[in-house]
Amino acid sequence: MKLNLLYFARLKDAFGRDHETLESDAASVGALLAELRARGGAWADELAEGRVFRVALNQELATVDSGLAAGDEVAIFPPVTGG
Amino acid sequence: MDAFTIRVDAATFDAGQEIARLSADPGVGAVVSFVGVVRRHGDGDNVAALELEHYPGMTEKSLAAIVAEARARWPLSAALIHHRVGRMALGEPIVLVVTASAHRAAAFAACEFLMDFLKTQAPFWKKEIDADGHSRWVEAKSSDEGAAGRWQ
Repeated sequence: MKLNLLYFARLKDAFGRDHETLESDAASVGALLAELRARGGAWADELAEGRVFRVALNQELATVDSGLAAGDEVAIFPPVTGG
Repeated sequence: MDAFTIRVDAATFDAGQEIARLSADPGVGAVVSFVGVVRRHGDGDNVAALELEHYPGMTEKSLAAIVAEARARWPLSAALIHHRVGRMALGEPIVLVVTASAHRAAAFAACEFLMDFLKTQAPFWKKEIDADGHSRWVEAKSSDEGAAGRWQ
């Protein structure tokens, strides 16, 4: 299935892109993160267990257990710093 | 214009004009405002500008949810959140929050609540740009999480 991935702020810089369309079989956010970590380099480093980042699924904050469906928008970003 | 307004905009705001607009309802007896400003000392010591990034779509939804939560807690007549994005120079305003109510207690509390939750929930990210052109993403502060936590 196709997933629309978005990256913001420090993660956008680290990954060298602000979005991508990914063909994936990941059934959950956790499985997707494992797939991205397997790319190595900045992906393994920034998304490592213990690093602090947030995942939003269709513009709502998600957890590693959140299920994924075709066409979902998944955004990965650092903790927010507005205001 | 709707009494509850959310704006995410590169353009700046006129706080006086917004306060006057939210004061116009004859039921309003108290208007509280907060303006956040680009300061020199942030994570760096010689900040010349900020670059504000956000997540279009989620930002507006998130701010609307925060305003809805404030309205559930306090009897507000009106509220405004105007958050700027893009580049802002030292001394320029970043964000305006205005709350209006019949009495001051609700307006004060709701204004602080909106800022505390905006800082920890709404998907904005600040990058500091120094006078020499170096830049860095601002790190999230645990003190902000603490400020939002006290409302729970």
